Amino acid sequence: METLAPAEEASADAPPGQGRSGPPTVAPSRRAVLCGLCAATATFGTAARADEPAEAARNKPAQPGDWLASFEDGHAGALIDPAGVKRDMPPLLAWPFDPAKKIARDGSRLNLVLVMRFDPATLSPDERPRAANGIVAYTAVCTHQGCWVTDWLAKKQLLHCPCHGSRYDPRRGGAVVLGPAPRALPALPLRLAGDKLEVAASFTDHVGGEAPSGY
Amino acid sequence: MSIAKKLGVAVTAGLLCGVGLGAAKAGELKTYSPVTQQRLDNPEPENWLLYRRTYDGHGFSPLNQINANNVKDLVPVWEFSTEVIEGHEAPPMVNNGVMFVTTPYDHVLALDAATGRLIWEYKPKLPADLFQLHPTNRGVALWSDNLYLATVDSRLIALDAKTGKEVWQAQIGDYKKGYYSTLEPLVVNGKVMVGTSGGEFGIRGFIKAFDAKTGKLLWTTYTIPGPGQPGHDTWKTDAWKDGGGPVWITGAYDPQRNIAYWGVGNAADWPGDLHPGDNLYTSSTIALDPDNGKIVAYHQYHWNDSWDWDEIRPPTLIKNLNVDGHMVKDALVHPARDGYLWVLEQNDKGIQFVWAKPFVEQNAFKSIDPETGRPTYDPAHKPTVGKAVSFCPSLWGGDDWPSESYSDQTHLLYIPAINNMCGEMTGVKKPLIAGQLWLGADPDTIKLLPHGDHLGELQAWDLKTGKEAWVHKFPAQLFASVLSTAGDLVFVGGTNDRMFRAFDAKTGKLLWQQGTNSGIVGMPVAYRVGNTEYIAVVSGWGVDAQRQQVKLSQTRLKLDPNAVPQGGVIWVFALRHPAS
Repeated sequence: METLAPAEEASADAPPGQGRSGPPTVAPSRRAVLCGLCAATATFGTAARADEPAEAARNKPAQPGDWLASFEDGHAGALIDPAGVKRDMPPLLAWPFDPAKKIARDGSRLNLVLVMRFDPATLSPDERPRAANGIVAYTAVCTHQGCWVTDWLAKKQLLHCPCHGSRYDPRRGGAVVLGPAPRALPALPLRLAGDKLEVAASFTDHVGGEAPSGY
Repeated sequence: MSIAKKLGVAVTAGLLCGVGLGAAKAGELKTYSPVTQQRLDNPEPENWLLYRRTYDGHGFSPLNQINANNVKDLVPVWEFSTEVIEGHEAPPMVNNGVMFVTTPYDHVLALDAATGRLIWEYKPKLPADLFQLHPTNRGVALWSDNLYLATVDSRLIALDAKTGKEVWQAQIGDYKKGYYSTLEPLVVNGKVMVGTSGGEFGIRGFIKAFDAKTGKLLWTTYTIPGPGQPGHDTWKTDAWKDGGGPVWITGAYDPQRNIAYWGVGNAADWPGDLHPGDNLYTSSTIALDPDNGKIVAYHQYHWNDSWDWDEIRPPTLIKNLNVDGHMVKDALVHPARDGYLWVLEQNDKGIQFVWAKPFVEQNAFKSIDPETGRPTYDPAHKPTVGKAVSFCPSLWGGDDWPSESYSDQTHLLYIPAINNMCGEMTGVKKPLIAGQLWLGADPDTIKLLPHGDHLGELQAWDLKTGKEAWVHKFPAQLFASVLSTAGDLVFVGGTNDRMFRAFDAKTGKLLWQQGTNSGIVGMPVAYRVGNTEYIAVVSGWGVDAQRQQVKLSQTRLKLDPNAVPQGGVIWVFALRHPAS
């Protein structure tokens, strides 16, 4: 069962973050900017209020238990059928989907997810337990400057960010293979629940680019 | 506790005898020289108050304490870490002893220009869902007691120059739809003009003017004319709605004619068959009346842009120029991204074509009309949907946004060029999704095709003869703005070997170089405080120079994609023994 993160300082500018607890460090001096953990932390938005549950649900990042709805021209489409995720295809784009409120979490571009299927035997030992029958998911948000990683280099079998050319290996935990991305693409562990693809756990790392925000 | 310790900054020896800045306390300037229209029309030689020092865009400093005879004695006198990585493209702005430097993520640093002591720092809060194709900023504009900062989340922020505190904020566009700003604003008569980036996100470009005092929006001029506006019929389909036309480099200004010249960028998305028509005013120079934003004249360098050849720099304005036999009273000189060096003339009828010559290898244009300057194209080298097309120069062009410099002394035009670098892409038709990169080309097919024995060229052109006077060649890319000075020196960074170099302005001989912490993509400036002349530049590699490095690592050149470490440092140089 999901719980709300502890109440944090509301940020007018920043949509909700990815579950970091505690208020963001406010640095009185310039040197605090060097805090690697703080640098890319997105502050949590206002806690969900009873009178606007829809908005809060749309903005929340993928939660354990979420399903996945296809991204269609920016709006949420049908739920993704695992049988529809085939090998040797470019990544499917998806929004996490709140099964209780029946709402797609399409309120923030930080929530977009990539879904692909591979032969489980070709997945790294770390990646295999995160996959559902060979289906893996990652954030679409490049860890460099936040562009969506939407390109697939079929010959090289790598995800490619069109903004600055970073390449990630989806079989090996989204490891950076080339380009300026500073860290691997955060993975979203999946499981199969009956005939549905379900989010098994939160992202393996915080989602977002390098741009410091929130100070 | 000393001010230096309080601010926690490293200081070089002897700096606390600062020259008359009179800071009342840490974090604030006690005095500041307000920037007036009179000062901008004729800036003092010791200051750098405008993007290219003067409104005409020459990027030339009249200072000559540092000159061709003594530049071998040029040494670093202070450095300062910006604490930011990514491409640092801004010129250090200088106003009577105080220096303002902007960084990626839109930090603004105010420092004592003689000593490097930090006075204040401003950091805007950027939204967590921001995506940045171009994480950089090209400087604050100066007017009255304020500084003006255009941000990467599409705001214009006025700061108090003495304290760095926000005075007002205004919205330029919607960052979620791909509108963002990286340029240094242009201020004329209390009107702050800014453009918008987003040519890779299917925007409809514009220039806006805001009241410097209040932040009120005064006028908006779209670079893509809408229905009923002149030039709208040069878009044969609905493609005008997301046709691009970004504006992301500071304009030039002619006070005599009261004309602000702005460069307009690429048509979106790239392949021309996706937006049939000439596509005004993409790849053009437009002349605006700054009082009301009206377009009073224009010249389009190449119609139906298909190569991502933004013509984003305004032309360099040169009065009474003799060009290869033509005498031009108000010359507009533009070394274009499209690889041609263009000379146009502003007269009372509008902007006329005068002369053009390629300054790098160029295979897309078959001919130039001798009257209008309109090129005809070789279809084999014009990108289109569904096939791989190669073209020279590459999408980065002969000279991208880095500024050329015109020396008022040698009368040579110095161009930071890239030659021998062609490109290739396969066009593809894809729907535009807000906030998603929209190029009209499969990124996997976007290739660089370098050949020959070198790429970068610092070219010096003698416009009187219409010929190159000298050229210095660099093995790999050259990607930074040029400074020329009355000391007969030309300064430029821009290379992946992290060097900052000085050349003899007359002969092109390399006279001096200094290795720095990172690669320089920034703009060097010259200024004076007291009796000492300084040269300043920020070293901090990233953005397009870095992207070129990654792309070139996939070519026969096999450059090391990680050759240049990132990290911004302000470097300031002076002579070892300055003359009194």
